[in-house]
Amino acid sequence: MAGALKTELGRRYRFAASHRLHSDELSENENWRVYGKCNNPFGHGHNYVVELRVSGDVNPATGMIANLADLDAFVKREVLEPFDHKSLNEEVAAFRRIVPTTENLCMEIYRRLKTFPHAKLESVRIEETGNNSFEYAGERGQG
Amino acid sequence: MVFLTRKIEFSASHLYHNPALSAEENRRIFGKCNNPYGHGHNYTLEVTVAGEPDPVTGMVLDLKELKDILEREVMHRMDHRFLNKEVPELTGKIPTCENIARVIWDLLEPKITQGRLHRVRLYETPDLFADCYRNGTGAFNREG
Repeated sequence: MAGALKTELGRRYRFAASHRLHSDELSENENWRVYGKCNNPFGHGHNYVVELRVSGDVNPATGMIANLADLDAFVKREVLEPFDHKSLNEEVAAFRRIVPTTENLCMEIYRRLKTFPHAKLESVRIEETGNNSFEYAGERGQG
Repeated sequence: MVFLTRKIEFSASHLYHNPALSAEENRRIFGKCNNPYGHGHNYTLEVTVAGEPDPVTGMVLDLKELKDILEREVMHRMDHRFLNKEVPELTGKIPTCENIARVIWDLLEPKITQGRLHRVRLYETPDLFADCYRNGTGAFNREG
């Protein structure tokens, strides 16, 4: 039998934003070859779904790992407000330096949310569309 | 190792209230979930069993058997029930998604004898869920 029972809380959030996949380190032709229509200079947008999992002890007084109101407020402040209805390339500082692929977006959102004080962030999974999803669980990739 | 997942849905009502706290604290912590008349959800339960397929049947376990276990242990206990009052396993606990998932884990784990229970995921709404699994086995999609 494996170890102690672990409980995690999962929560999904949504935001809509535009981006353009383009690397200054590549030539115009190479950018087009690598990123295809995502390299369109005017950008394009997605309805992103962000799914978080956090872990911790279930507080016997509340039955909760973390109060949802605290988690929702934290995510709203750290991610939804700065990202929703924004251009990721132009309006999120991290993406001035790196390409806003959903891989990089997972890592940036993980970085912003790992300081949540009431539970341990286990992973960030993002659905860029209903058919593409990406997940980042920190450096070791396991909880 | 193969992971097999079965999904069921049940509907139930609940409320969050801790009698050890004042009325004001209950309202502050639990918000509208503290409404004394209760409220309800359509819960979706995903149960994942891990194991090696039997060389003769090709199955980790017979889905019909898993379906019967879920019917007996979960549906009969919780479907169209008021969780606070009608589910003895939740007596004295706040029926949060975390606690209900834990109770379901404890009910199912000893009943699953072919393969082993790997993960219980309970959705209270499509945007809120709790996972239960044993430490060291990793989450479903990143088996350790």
